[in-house]
Amino acid sequence: MTDKNLLSLLTGEIVEEHERLTLAELCQICEASSERIIEIVEEGIVEPQGENSENWQFHGLCVGRVRFVLKIERDLGVNTAGAALALELLEELETLRKQLRER
Amino acid sequence: MEFKDYYKIMGIERDATQDQIKRAYRKLARKYHPDVSKDPDAELRFKEVGEAYAVLKDTEKRTAYDQLGQNWKSGEDFRPPPNWDQGFEFRGGDANNFDSEQFSDFFESVFGGASRGYEGQAQREFHMRGEDTHAKVEIDLEDAYQGSSRTITLKKSALGADGRPYLKEHKLNIHIPKGIRQGQHIRLAKQGGAGMGQGEAGDLYLKIAFRSHALYRVEGGDVYLDLPVAPWEAALGGKVKVPTPTGTVEMTIPENSSSGRKLRLKGRGIPGKQPGDFYVVIQIAMPPADTDAAKAAYRNMEKALAFDPRAHLEV
Repeated sequence: MTDKNLLSLLTGEIVEEHERLTLAELCQICEASSERIIEIVEEGIVEPQGENSENWQFHGLCVGRVRFVLKIERDLGVNTAGAALALELLEELETLRKQLRER
Repeated sequence: MEFKDYYKIMGIERDATQDQIKRAYRKLARKYHPDVSKDPDAELRFKEVGEAYAVLKDTEKRTAYDQLGQNWKSGEDFRPPPNWDQGFEFRGGDANNFDSEQFSDFFESVFGGASRGYEGQAQREFHMRGEDTHAKVEIDLEDAYQGSSRTITLKKSALGADGRPYLKEHKLNIHIPKGIRQGQHIRLAKQGGAGMGQGEAGDLYLKIAFRSHALYRVEGGDVYLDLPVAPWEAALGGKVKVPTPTGTVEMTIPENSSSGRKLRLKGRGIPGKQPGDFYVVIQIAMPPADTDAAKAAYRNMEKALAFDPRAHLEV
């Protein structure tokens, strides 16, 4: 590790602000196979634009949802439908908490 | 090193069946999953429970752990007896092949020679391109307001020339983009795992978390401040100075403000395409009645105001 290496400033991009991710990119970011992502799309958890999987485009906000579902499936032993239910209930809880704060 | 009582961690008896262990784990995992739980210790508890389960669900490891003896108390200073695991044959046990980032020192000292780490960390398929890696980074709220550069140190396990894994430090100087929010990811191209052969390096993903702040609370893009005001400021209204992450501003407290009233400074939250708002939450602070003058002032108030805060309780 040289000082020179330390000095170079790395600039990244914010994944969630990325407006168009391909299926391959989403797979890479979420560390999942395309089959898994397709299952998640079929469950209606994320909705890409485009008619078929070759020209699907995902918004960066899908990353958080997909990663959540994969993690919950792995850690809690639920299936994709169960993880989707947990995701929706947590989002509803978050909305209610927000409304409570704004009162 | 502290002895870890895995049975106690999972809240089960030492003679629990494998089914009971599994049920206890599922319940605790749901309760403490860091993505689900609001408990501030959730992440720690979840890891602890995961470690306990990794040992107890595996009958080989469980028997070995039970061999250590039942006389150890949780938290007691622990040293494994020499060669305690002699004669135990663990499946798939490469010497020293452990995932030291996941589990405690206690786990490492007991199962270090046998474990291949956490089940969830499945071996990835062979790729020419390097692996994408993920890490968490804590930043200050001010970094999100202004953008900044930070030097971060990541630890990752690497395989040494002798074939043994060791912890390698990876130092990076990164730019924190202005407007980043809690839970978002920064992708740094080609800073992940090294590629094989001619393959490119993978990407590094940094998940952003904010360090807790002495003054402000953050909810998405919105930032909250509890602002103490005197009873007369709340009642009569007035101008007060208010700190914000971008500097002090002067705000008008409307008259007859009650505790908990929120005043919004639009667009003064975390910046971005859709900037968040800054909320000031009024907290009425009572002056102590610790002098004769203060007591007299309160008595005057009692006389002057026909005020019954419990009128609606009808008692």
